[in-house]
Amino acid sequence: MEYSGARILLESLKKENVDVLFGYPGGAVLDIYHELSNHNDLKHVLVRHEQGAVHAADGYARASGKVGVCLVTSGPGATNTVTGIATAYSDSIPLVVLTGQVPTPLIGNDAFQEVDIVGITRPCTKHNYLVQDVSQLAATIKEAFHVARSGRPGPVLVDIPKDVQNQMYAFQYPERIKMRSYNPTYKPNNNQVRRAIELLSEAKRPLIFAGGGVISSNSAEDLGMLARSMQIPVTGSLMGLGAFPGDDPLWLGMLGMHGTYAANKAVSNADVILAVGARFDDRVTGKLSSFAAGAKIIHIDIDPTSIRKNVEVEVPIVGDCKLALQGLVTVQQTEFADVDWAGQYDEWNEQIKEWSVTHPVRYHKEESLKPQHVVETIFELTKGDAIISTEVGQNQMWTAQFYKFRQPRTLLTSGGLGTMGYGFPAAIGAQMAFPDKLVIDVAGDGSIQMNSQELMTAVSHKLPVKIVVLNNCFLGMVRQWQELFYDRNYCSTCMDAQPDFVKLAEAYGAEGYRVTEPSKLKETLKAAFASPLPCIVDVRVETEENVYPMVPAGASLEEMLLV
Amino acid sequence: MRHVLSVLVENEPGVLSRISGLFSGRGFNLDSLNVAPVLEEGVSLMTIVTRGDQQIIEQIVKQLRKLVTVIKVTDMQHSTTVEREMALIKVNATESNRAEILRIVDIFRCKVVDVSLDELTLEVIGDHGKVEAVIALLDRFGIKEIARTGTVALRRSMQPEK
Repeated sequence: MEYSGARILLESLKKENVDVLFGYPGGAVLDIYHELSNHNDLKHVLVRHEQGAVHAADGYARASGKVGVCLVTSGPGATNTVTGIATAYSDSIPLVVLTGQVPTPLIGNDAFQEVDIVGITRPCTKHNYLVQDVSQLAATIKEAFHVARSGRPGPVLVDIPKDVQNQMYAFQYPERIKMRSYNPTYKPNNNQVRRAIELLSEAKRPLIFAGGGVISSNSAEDLGMLARSMQIPVTGSLMGLGAFPGDDPLWLGMLGMHGTYAANKAVSNADVILAVGARFDDRVTGKLSSFAAGAKIIHIDIDPTSIRKNVEVEVPIVGDCKLALQGLVTVQQTEFADVDWAGQYDEWNEQIKEWSVTHPVRYHKEESLKPQHVVETIFELTKGDAIISTEVGQNQMWTAQFYKFRQPRTLLTSGGLGTMGYGFPAAIGAQMAFPDKLVIDVAGDGSIQMNSQELMTAVSHKLPVKIVVLNNCFLGMVRQWQELFYDRNYCSTCMDAQPDFVKLAEAYGAEGYRVTEPSKLKETLKAAFASPLPCIVDVRVETEENVYPMVPAGASLEEMLLV
Repeated sequence: MRHVLSVLVENEPGVLSRISGLFSGRGFNLDSLNVAPVLEEGVSLMTIVTRGDQQIIEQIVKQLRKLVTVIKVTDMQHSTTVEREMALIKVNATESNRAEILRIVDIFRCKVVDVSLDELTLEVIGDHGKVEAVIALLDRFGIKEIARTGTVALRRSMQPEK
């Protein structure tokens, strides 16, 4: 049976168990949209800007663990996806981005809405493809999904010219993939695993550092098992929040630039660090030469390039975090069963407890509405049973510090690229994956204005996402840097010219709330969270509040500015 | 330290740009790059000459291996190899110095591939050091144009024990 390229594409997506596409139609994908109306089992979320489509697919992927898919047209449709793709690439999120392209005979002619999107996205995709012939289409889609979700996941772009979409070809979805040049290592080397446990058995001050890889490999449980059976304290990067329960006594909180005192002290004083699925980003390490100066590092990562990129590693373990953690537990419980694991780190755990107790993350509680208090209240109301997305800046850091993430995949945040405008569309994507869950975007007044047009998407698709705007009339994090490092010269960071967020919500058919007094905070949030509609809660917080602790850029982790 | 990397790649559109983009995007040094198909259908061999300390070379090799279209990467530093590059050199040749240039041609086993009244075009083949040496010697006569290939390299069949 011969199908058009458009139909082959959609049938292939179904073979990959895709149930929703985030997209925006246009000239070069009209054939696909025409065909889409025949496929009721493929839901389509019509966004208001292509950047929103990619972030939504990304939020869907982070929340569900599945591959997020978006569909956009050529030219500007394709270029609008670039920020979203780079965001997903930085955080290793599996996406398949389908772009229309001008017909093959016109490629290279500067045709209307033509752009070399494969060239443009080469450095920010895991891989990308231009489908030159319909006979290659099904195999390319199969390969794209395989590459996106296997190994270290990432975004893959498939560019499909218009003539390929309407050529006819026999549809047969390939059973297998043959890629001689791509073969990620999953199984860790047993000797290395054994060496890791040996090193930990000799340690006095060990620390586990969990990164986003724990979440993407679904190995939070395995990590918990290892940490608890050996009584090793755990810290995490921003991407690792949720990998270990935020209310567990072994949890130290996030490390790095805005990490907790206990986490930064622990990493600076540890003698062995077990890093799992983390990449030692500069926001984590601070000054490299003094990072974990006294520690030998065991580094588990599926991507060999992450290992020894920034820090020297004693025991590299290339492989899937889950298999590696399981291997560690097995070796620990068999060959090293007679080690008194819990007992031997007693002193260290006492020391850490002291750091945690004397210097918890805190803020000055005053009369005014404190942004940290807003995040605490969101946690109190949800008890951690919600999907939280953030924008980027102070809102993101306060969320990381004051919301106790208990489960993996409950925090959606642009960690690597730091994309403002990410959180709201990501929340829309997560709500598509989990229609019955409470999904909250903790936003700033700056970030939310970057993709607020997606309010229409949320309203029209009946996705009751909640946006809590920590409104301080500033680009808060940039202002904080100006205050601390640029002589309080608040150049272009004051944003007191802003829309009425309540009216903005109402204009789109969503609900708007405003909170100006601390006493009204909880009840207003409660009302918004209970509403069946998307809501904006405009919380007028203290305008010049800073995020602390803070390690100035380039300083060592022990040089923290504290409250 | 100079390293010669032998990189087998899928011969498909964009592969060169993926590799050169990797080097420019990550600030790796690229001294020369040579690419041509090998015997196996659909496969090309790239010979890349780069430099950096051990940590950087390790990153370059890993980053190359991470590219989906790259089949195999070998750092030739770990083996004994045969290396060759070629240069075509157009040099000023007056009556007074022509004989001396031809002596250099003879010593280095170059070839004269084009002659005019006041110029000679020479072909020199050898490892990187030899080509550099010839260029250095000819420099004082006035080199008018030069075209060089990058280095290509193969492992020697008999590898000494290391």
